[in-house]
Amino acid sequence: MKALLALVRADLVLYLSNRRALLISFVAPILIAGFFGATLGGNPGKRPARIPVAVVDLDQSDVTRAIVAAMRKDDNFDLRDSELAPAIEQVRAGKIRAAIVLPKDFGKDAPRALFRQDGKKPEIEIHVDPSQTVTMSLVKGLLAQHVMEEVARTVFSGANAAKFLADSKTAIEKSTDISPGVKKDLAELLDRVEHLRAQRSPDGEAAGGGGAGFSFKMPFETKEREVTSGDRKYNPYAHSFAGMGVQFILFLGIDLGIAVLLMRRMGLWKRLRAAPVSRGLLLGSRIASGTVIATLLTAGIYAAGIAIFGVRVDGSWLGLVLVIVAFGVLTSSFGLLIASVGRTPEATRGIAILATLLLVMLGGAWVPTFIFPEWLQQATLVVPTRWAIDGLEAMTWRGQGLEAALPAVAVMLMFSVAFAATAVACFRWEE
Amino acid sequence: MLEATDLWKKYGEVQAVSGISLTARSGQIVGLLGPNGAGKTTTVSMIAGLTAPDRGRVAIDGMPLTETANDAKRRIGLVPQEIALYEELGAEANLRLMGALYGIEGKLLDERVGAALALVGLSDRARDKPSKFSGGMKRRLNIACALVHDPDVLLLDEPTVGVDPQSRNAIFENLESLRDRGKALVYTTHYMEEAERLCDHIVIVDHGKVIASDTRENLLRLGTAPVVPKGPSLESVFLQLTGRALRDGA
Repeated sequence: MKALLALVRADLVLYLSNRRALLISFVAPILIAGFFGATLGGNPGKRPARIPVAVVDLDQSDVTRAIVAAMRKDDNFDLRDSELAPAIEQVRAGKIRAAIVLPKDFGKDAPRALFRQDGKKPEIEIHVDPSQTVTMSLVKGLLAQHVMEEVARTVFSGANAAKFLADSKTAIEKSTDISPGVKKDLAELLDRVEHLRAQRSPDGEAAGGGGAGFSFKMPFETKEREVTSGDRKYNPYAHSFAGMGVQFILFLGIDLGIAVLLMRRMGLWKRLRAAPVSRGLLLGSRIASGTVIATLLTAGIYAAGIAIFGVRVDGSWLGLVLVIVAFGVLTSSFGLLIASVGRTPEATRGIAILATLLLVMLGGAWVPTFIFPEWLQQATLVVPTRWAIDGLEAMTWRGQGLEAALPAVAVMLMFSVAFAATAVACFRWEE
Repeated sequence: MLEATDLWKKYGEVQAVSGISLTARSGQIVGLLGPNGAGKTTTVSMIAGLTAPDRGRVAIDGMPLTETANDAKRRIGLVPQEIALYEELGAEANLRLMGALYGIEGKLLDERVGAALALVGLSDRARDKPSKFSGGMKRRLNIACALVHDPDVLLLDEPTVGVDPQSRNAIFENLESLRDRGKALVYTTHYMEEAERLCDHIVIVDHGKVIASDTRENLLRLGTAPVVPKGPSLESVFLQLTGRALRDGA
């Protein structure tokens, strides 16, 4: 036992005296997690970043001006007026995400197209940044909302509403593509709309002050309720600290494995083996010291996350400690596995880094696993880092109890046993 | 004291050691000489319990030495060919760690660490890290690490590689002092003058076999053939026995 403690103490002293290793294992994850956290939403309560788009109004009609005004009021947009050519150039330069072009006669054609199935619909061109596909879906959705609201307002309550309805009715009657039955139904529909419109006062209130006024609106409103723990806001740093913490602690695992290879090269391993200590004690000391170092570092990283970035442990503190310790065991057994299969420090480091990056990528350290395809979400359940990140998140922002930590702890310990067993089986004892 | 009897070891198709035997008594330095690839390091590894022989036996005062025979291993100190030190631990911390691995603690450990540092002349650098030491100082500390548990048998695998004459001389004096205290030393080297100065008994191995084993004086008598014009030396005897062909590929 004293020999084991002496070896563990030596490893701890050596690690803590290595400023470069400390910098990479402790400071780097905090900085990078801080960066990712800020990118993913920053401080809770702050307004999210608005989407910079340009709108080019070639029509300058009441309808298009109303659309532009509605978009300008929308908190999701950072709207910029522009001419067409400079707007496209800004998209190309990545300064804005899209340039929306409202074409000439849009204010006249769009209301007509609302009822006429045979006519050509006006086209809104959107010049897009192809690297921003997710943002584009959001832009198109919001644009559809504003266009529909303003066009419908024009049809049902605008100054030219009667003319739009009459024109539409005439066009439908003249159409050869619409069956007589459908023509009849559409004509009745337009009559009803005209009847409703005629009952309204010009300012949109119901005529005579009796019934409710008529206007075309989105048929629902959304209310966001963040499902975290209690009523507290989600802190994106909680995810980034889980992801980056796991990544950099696994890098520490590589260092632990490479250290054994260096000890072998330096003859230190030979010297340790010449001592009256068992193989189990030699390997066990590596796992023990690695676990202590990884646990302390993870705890330190989270302490910084809590103190500086407001990460909260809304779940079980005991669960968090268990997850961190289990991940420490996993890290050190991973390091031992690297030491057992590696030949030289130089060749091993590259392969180990690649393996680690795959583990953290598939574990959801970079992007949350819900973005993965369904099959990959299932497949990554066999990746131990997935359990580490899920366990850390469960104990922090998801606010879950100890029972949610136990599966993650159990799976990580099972992987640790598998790694350690493989390492012992493959370890080259003779030089 | 130390008896290695009929040691055999094969790596794949290569027969590294074929029936090597040697004995080191208390107060004796036994030189193990041989060209590159002769089987010296494999032999030392088997004697230290690092490598299990395919056949043969190593014993200290009749006590068999294997990898798991801790009592026997406590009586051996190994000085590897490499400078096997924790470079970022202080000299004293290195010695304390090695002592702890051999079960030494408390006041006895303090005494042993102090004695080992004094023997190799590093008492005034006890807290300094080996990374700040010269090559000679590192080599001396390398030896001290094998002495801290006060072994009866010391195995030294080319312990003077790359050191200056002063440090080498200091190391020789350390080893002679240990011999005078009744330790048994097995010393492998490429430097014939070292063996000539230090060793009481010399075992020359080649191709995994012992080709000569005798006292220094008796071996020097073998060298009466005019290999070296100036007269017999251990080097001339060595070349006479092992040949002059280069062993680069070994």
